[in-house]
Amino acid sequence: MSKPMDQITWQEIEVGAILTEPGSARAYDTGDWRSQHPVWTKSRCIRCGVCWTVCPEAGISEEPGGYFDMNHYCKGCGICAKECVTGCISMVPEEE
Amino acid sequence: MMAAKAKPTAHRVGMEVSIAVSHAVQLARAEAIAAYPITPQTHIVEHLSTMVANGDLDAEFVNVESEHSAMSACIGMSATGARTYTATSSQGLALMNEILFIASALRLPIAMTVANRALSGPLSIWNDHGDIMAARDIGWIQVFVENGQEAFDHSVMAFKIAENHKVLLPTIINMDGFILTHVVEAMEFLDQETIDKFLPAYHPRFRLDPHQPVTMGAFAMPEIYTEMKMAHQMALTESYGHILKVWKEWGDLTGRRYQPVERYKTEGAKILLLTMGCLSEVAEVAVDEMREAGEEVGLLKLRLWRPFPFADLRAAVAGAELLIVIDRALSLGGAAPPVLAEVRSAFYAQPQRPQTASFVIGLGGRDVAPPAFKEIVAQARAEAQTGPTQEFHIYGVRG
Repeated sequence: MSKPMDQITWQEIEVGAILTEPGSARAYDTGDWRSQHPVWTKSRCIRCGVCWTVCPEAGISEEPGGYFDMNHYCKGCGICAKECVTGCISMVPEEE
Repeated sequence: MMAAKAKPTAHRVGMEVSIAVSHAVQLARAEAIAAYPITPQTHIVEHLSTMVANGDLDAEFVNVESEHSAMSACIGMSATGARTYTATSSQGLALMNEILFIASALRLPIAMTVANRALSGPLSIWNDHGDIMAARDIGWIQVFVENGQEAFDHSVMAFKIAENHKVLLPTIINMDGFILTHVVEAMEFLDQETIDKFLPAYHPRFRLDPHQPVTMGAFAMPEIYTEMKMAHQMALTESYGHILKVWKEWGDLTGRRYQPVERYKTEGAKILLLTMGCLSEVAEVAVDEMREAGEEVGLLKLRLWRPFPFADLRAAVAGAELLIVIDRALSLGGAAPPVLAEVRSAFYAQPQRPQTASFVIGLGGRDVAPPAFKEIVAQARAEAQTGPTQEFHIYGVRG
């Protein structure tokens, strides 16, 4: 969207509130919702990618070397930590 | 009903009104239909499905397992840019409820006939307006028809109104279940060429297209939800002018002219009855008899229910002392039945306003004959002197 959401007037909304620009969800930083985040212990990570596969929000990216880390779409749900084969992911509370 | 002006392209045929509606939808070249049968609407979609099966209508007919799915499928098909139609009644409309709001919020120009029927419980298959009044706030354009000819006319016009790019709102044609759906009436049909000229193919403003992707039905954060509702409210309010334009064009074509609030023998009337749907024809008979007896009684017929025609109503009531509002539904535990609530709101802030009286009548298929309106007028006239004894009366209730 061209304008921040809280400045758009009703007249500027497209008919049916249709979004004409594909992929606009990319602009929405769902990481803001997070109250905890995953931390990988690399020494125990076997780079299997189960965390990347089970993440419901594409919140995990592959890093150079085949390891994984969260990106700014991670909502902190903890599914990756629950499903990690070696238990190398722990969920850490967010701090201000 | 105004006398139909004979046109060389038109011919009159006696037919069950439900079948006439299905022919209107066929003539309108509906491309997508999803429906589930429910009494008393069934004949409409039954005939449409036969037409599709026989190759007489080039449309996709989707059989679904519920009305919830019917409206969901209609939304999907309309979103692809197809001219979309469905019909339902009572419990079916209730089962569609959550999807109805989505159809209008997405601004999809679906046309739907509601064969008005009482809601359960107790189970009743017969007519009243309880079904549509429970779906009053769905954000659709809503009209009421009085007889078969009007049902045919409005079934065609609904598509033209809904598909106008300045409107783009789904539209409901309300017709009384059984009393109208199952009656056989002589109606004037227009030929395909005339209808095609009146109603060209639908060109959607947006549609689901893999080559030009859009998002329909995205969620709204608190920062934007209010603005979206405002846009919907304005679209529905402003559809008024476009509805009238389509009605005028149809009037020029057929000689049958429609107004948001129609007047019958209102000249000099001190007392006005206000009715909707096919009760209006019964009330006309009563008004004729009362006029012959020298009573200054007239009739207003509310055709357009959403957007509500406030200005038309105020203009039509001007000069009358007593307005008797007839509802065919209840708002249980509320201050007033639905039509009365709207009418009173229309007049509350006016410096000059008529007294109102409220009668609920014809619930769950109870028959209403002309003498009922005479008794109602007599009772309302008496209460206008003494003050009403209650907020509203349920006419004819025993005990």
